[in-house]
Amino acid sequence: MSMIEAAGVHVRFGDRVVLESVDLAVAEGEFHGVMGPNGAGKTTFFNVLTGRVKPSRGSIRLGGEDVTGLSPHRIAAKGIARSFQIMTLFDEFSARDNVMMGLPAFRARGLDMARAAAGDRNFAEQASEALAAVGLADKGDVRAKDLSYGDRRALEIAVALAQAPRVLCLDEPTSGLGFDGVQRLAALVARLKGKLTIVAIEHDMEFLFSLADRISVIHWGQVVARGRPQELQQNEWVRRSNLGKFA
Amino acid sequence: MIVGSRSSSDAARLVTPTMLVLWLVLATVPLWITRIGLYPYLGIEILIWSLYALAFNLVLGTAGLPSFGHGAYFGIGAYAFGLCQLDIVANLWICLAAAAVVAGLAGVLVALFISHRRGIYYAFMTIAFGQIFWTLAIKSHRITGGEDGLLKIKRLPADFGLVSFDLTDNVAFYYFVLAVFAVGTAVLWRLVHSPYGRVVAAIRQSEVRAAHLGYNVWLYKASVFALSAAVSGFAGGLFAMAQLAAFPDVMSLHQSGYVVMMTLVGGGLVSFWGPVIGVFLFLTARDVIGALTNAWMLYFGLLFIAIVLFRPEGIAGALSAAVQQHSLNTLRRRGTSAMRLLVGGGR
Repeated sequence: MSMIEAAGVHVRFGDRVVLESVDLAVAEGEFHGVMGPNGAGKTTFFNVLTGRVKPSRGSIRLGGEDVTGLSPHRIAAKGIARSFQIMTLFDEFSARDNVMMGLPAFRARGLDMARAAAGDRNFAEQASEALAAVGLADKGDVRAKDLSYGDRRALEIAVALAQAPRVLCLDEPTSGLGFDGVQRLAALVARLKGKLTIVAIEHDMEFLFSLADRISVIHWGQVVARGRPQELQQNEWVRRSNLGKFA
Repeated sequence: MIVGSRSSSDAARLVTPTMLVLWLVLATVPLWITRIGLYPYLGIEILIWSLYALAFNLVLGTAGLPSFGHGAYFGIGAYAFGLCQLDIVANLWICLAAAAVVAGLAGVLVALFISHRRGIYYAFMTIAFGQIFWTLAIKSHRITGGEDGLLKIKRLPADFGLVSFDLTDNVAFYYFVLAVFAVGTAVLWRLVHSPYGRVVAAIRQSEVRAAHLGYNVWLYKASVFALSAAVSGFAGGLFAMAQLAAFPDVMSLHQSGYVVMMTLVGGGLVSFWGPVIGVFLFLTARDVIGALTNAWMLYFGLLFIAIVLFRPEGIAGALSAAVQQHSLNTLRRRGTSAMRLLVGGGR
């Protein structure tokens, strides 16, 4: 059984069809890459997976459970975490507090008005572990808005990891990162591979082809090619397109 | 929002050193307020409006929700207190609870309609509901007394079973309101620094991120609005006691704007204590400048414009920046002295 499965997903905004019968099945522990040109519908597909956009048709199943059309907070609670192409952090909070917000234990206490949030060692320790996993161990007290671009990207992933997700959706995680940042991220993803189901939209072909177990190519709202990286390199459509040059 | 905490240890406390100092200073007010040409009733007003502004700031400062019709809940609380006393039971505690509950229920009703909105649409909806409540208060003459207000409200005694305190005297009532204010500030401080408060503050920064972390954004927005309305209503109940009446004017858009102005001028967006500073400044200016000219609001309006233009973080923000700068300068001076000593030692 797939960990996450999209079947016949169809999205239209007014007259415009953005996604047309998109299927995707990602096995547990698989790193599945999603690539395609700008405007192909990749982020919309992510928004469907994570509940931000309700599909006009089709279904999304998480571990066999139908989660189609559930709101983002319900889908997140069921175990799908995501990062954003345009970074979305709690800028006024410290890096540690950003991560703390993602902890399921903290979320369970979200309506607690009687106890102080500060000073809970369990939360702080768990948050510090997630920060250490992305190389931000010494930056826990720095406000998110004061972090460098690369560190903010890493923090986005730390927040998603703190959710202890079953599926991690990364939307262009290398976007804006320098060579070192990409290398650091690649090392992190390599460590997570096999332990976590990951779906990543990515434009960095080297990153994707070196790490992904399988890749889906979306173009004009449809999956035009799918396979293992080496299979895709032989794919006629990919070879003819610009994407093939990088692959 | 920095939420007024100088350190995480302050955030973890129920009662902070700042609170203790403030309460002690406020406890001395009846001893000297008449000597400087003012009067104890002003102190009562400042405390009640401070509680109201702190409640309002849950919505504006902590949650970042622009509510411009909050006077409605303050007024509903005043009417609920008066009607409870006149028509149901003349018991202080029951009537204050009624003020909070009725205003809170009005807040729930409004929150059901507005909590899926953001920004300007949210603001307009709060104004629209505020105007509806204000109109109802004016037109329901039989219940509220219309524009004449609900009169003959009494300052009921604070009955603690074995002892009962008469609150008819302004000084006695001041100390009662101070005690309520002290409890209110501690409760609101804890609320703002609780996990709930953190989530609400997170939602202010990014609703999208909060939702994708598993938080029901609608529920938090609705609940914080209702809580704020309930505490505002509680303050309204105290205000009815203070005035011995409840009038619809506090519910008007005009007077709803006062609490926004007080909160922003004081620095509610960056500090927990900002609304208290704003209320103190506003009501003192009203009485001191108002004794000299009827156009006191013109001068306060100019101050408001100046703050928005030059210090949008308000007085609390400016004070905080000044303290930080002072600390930085002190550190630099120490650093320079230490360097001189080191260089001197090297010789």
